[in-house]
Amino acid sequence: MMDKKIDCLVLGGGAGGLAAAAEAARHGANVVLLDREPAPGGVLDQCIHHGFGVHRYREELTGPEFAHRLVTELERSGAEFLGKRFASLVDVKRRRVSTLGPSGYIHFQPSRVILATGARERPFGALGVPGFRPSGILTAGVAQRMVNVDGLLPGRRTIILGSGDIGLIMARRLHLEGVEVVAVLEQRAIAGGLTRNVVQCLDDFEIPLLLQHTVSCVHGTSRLEGVTVGEVDRQGVLIPGTEQYMAADTLVLSVGLIPDNELVSGLVPTDKATGGLRVNSQMKTEIDWLYAAGNNVIIYDLADWVARAGETAGQFAAQAALGESPPPDSVPLETGANIVHMVPTALADTNAACLLLRVSEPIANGSLQIEGLKPRPVARARPSEMIEVELSEEEISELCKRERILVEIVSHD
Amino acid sequence: MTEKRMICLSCPVGCQLTVTVENGEVLRVDGNACPRGDVYGRQEAIEPMRTLPTSVRVTAGTRDLVSVKTDRPIPLDLIPAAMDLIREISVEAPVRIHDVVLDDLLGTGAKLVATRDVPAACG
Repeated sequence: MMDKKIDCLVLGGGAGGLAAAAEAARHGANVVLLDREPAPGGVLDQCIHHGFGVHRYREELTGPEFAHRLVTELERSGAEFLGKRFASLVDVKRRRVSTLGPSGYIHFQPSRVILATGARERPFGALGVPGFRPSGILTAGVAQRMVNVDGLLPGRRTIILGSGDIGLIMARRLHLEGVEVVAVLEQRAIAGGLTRNVVQCLDDFEIPLLLQHTVSCVHGTSRLEGVTVGEVDRQGVLIPGTEQYMAADTLVLSVGLIPDNELVSGLVPTDKATGGLRVNSQMKTEIDWLYAAGNNVIIYDLADWVARAGETAGQFAAQAALGESPPPDSVPLETGANIVHMVPTALADTNAACLLLRVSEPIANGSLQIEGLKPRPVARARPSEMIEVELSEEEISELCKRERILVEIVSHD
Repeated sequence: MTEKRMICLSCPVGCQLTVTVENGEVLRVDGNACPRGDVYGRQEAIEPMRTLPTSVRVTAGTRDLVSVKTDRPIPLDLIPAAMDLIREISVEAPVRIHDVVLDDLLGTGAKLVATRDVPAACG
């Protein structure tokens, strides 16, 4: 079969891929977007809660409504969507992507590829909790799909381990559907998810949040019967004598998302801090024809930011594919004090750029210092909420004269 | 005079508000970064209101559930009763996004609207 030559191939039809494909098509590129599901939308489909679109559309939308808008934009853009199809191989040397779907293999020779493959949930097996492996232990995203798409309840009495946003959202959702939510356990001293979700998902329904608590053992052989819960110290080590038994038939895990880059594992450099692909401010990876956008780069707080990253990738991938602008030079961005991780990892000499970063510990009052620029004030920064930093054209051209750019946060607390 | 501290839920920024209340009346709201925070704080201190996202059963559709939300916030206290009511209803496909599934939910004036399309199943 002849290879199909196109300008841009986008892999993954969630918020990042939808926005990337539409933007690339609006810039005149010939674009194909693939997703393994029959319809585009990705995980937004099962995120029936509201909180999407506040930045992008200045309205508070649910996940399906946010997806509906992105899909409408995709349809208007002229990009082609292929459902029930996934990429099986990226051949970096031959610049070829093999994809499989109901009509068999289609091999693409795209000028540029945008990887928008999202993230996976950290599974129970990664936690090393002693005990049997009974049924009734599932990740929050799986529970969300069961309840919101399939109309099934995962159990009657549940404990939620981890206070990431999906865990908090599912605590409310399960409670509203009549499941008894005993408690949400968080190993750290602060909640993992957005503060607003602690209020509207837990406090509203008097669901206890037990900070510095974890599950030390699971009980039950065929079905979960209960868990041992104990307190942990600041290092996350169980404090002996604090254990108590809690009966539950379901344990829902919200213990983190992992960028999914299995398709290009070992081929495209990843960042140690984010676990995602390293990209510059044009969302270009360190392989010249591969771009990336979304949770496979960094775990974002908001789908709005994923869509914006998608648009950045779509714009620059299309311009590169159409030969409109030669790729500019990039200067490495490095993180210093109080920053866990940051995207992008290099600054390209273009007219606009945005840095997104996360602090390692809460900072009430501090300043963000980008080497060579005036410090910017930082107030009430929390690890669960990303900090957004817009850079102007003048600032970028100033920064791009450097060999490297150090970014750090100084605490004045 | 009492001061109520709360997190604004109007948007994901999550401003820390301090609402000063006297004799059931809000005197002032502090800590809000935008006017929506002022509106939120005044309401929250007197009667908390929430938008309710959930789902409703669909018959003869390509999916078994349609996601829905209230088109405006309803009193937080009414959410359990609203869920009891919503659990009992179903709609027939096709359903279009923004279709009204239930009018005037529990006398609140809020409409329950679909947040997605559910096409009719073929055959």
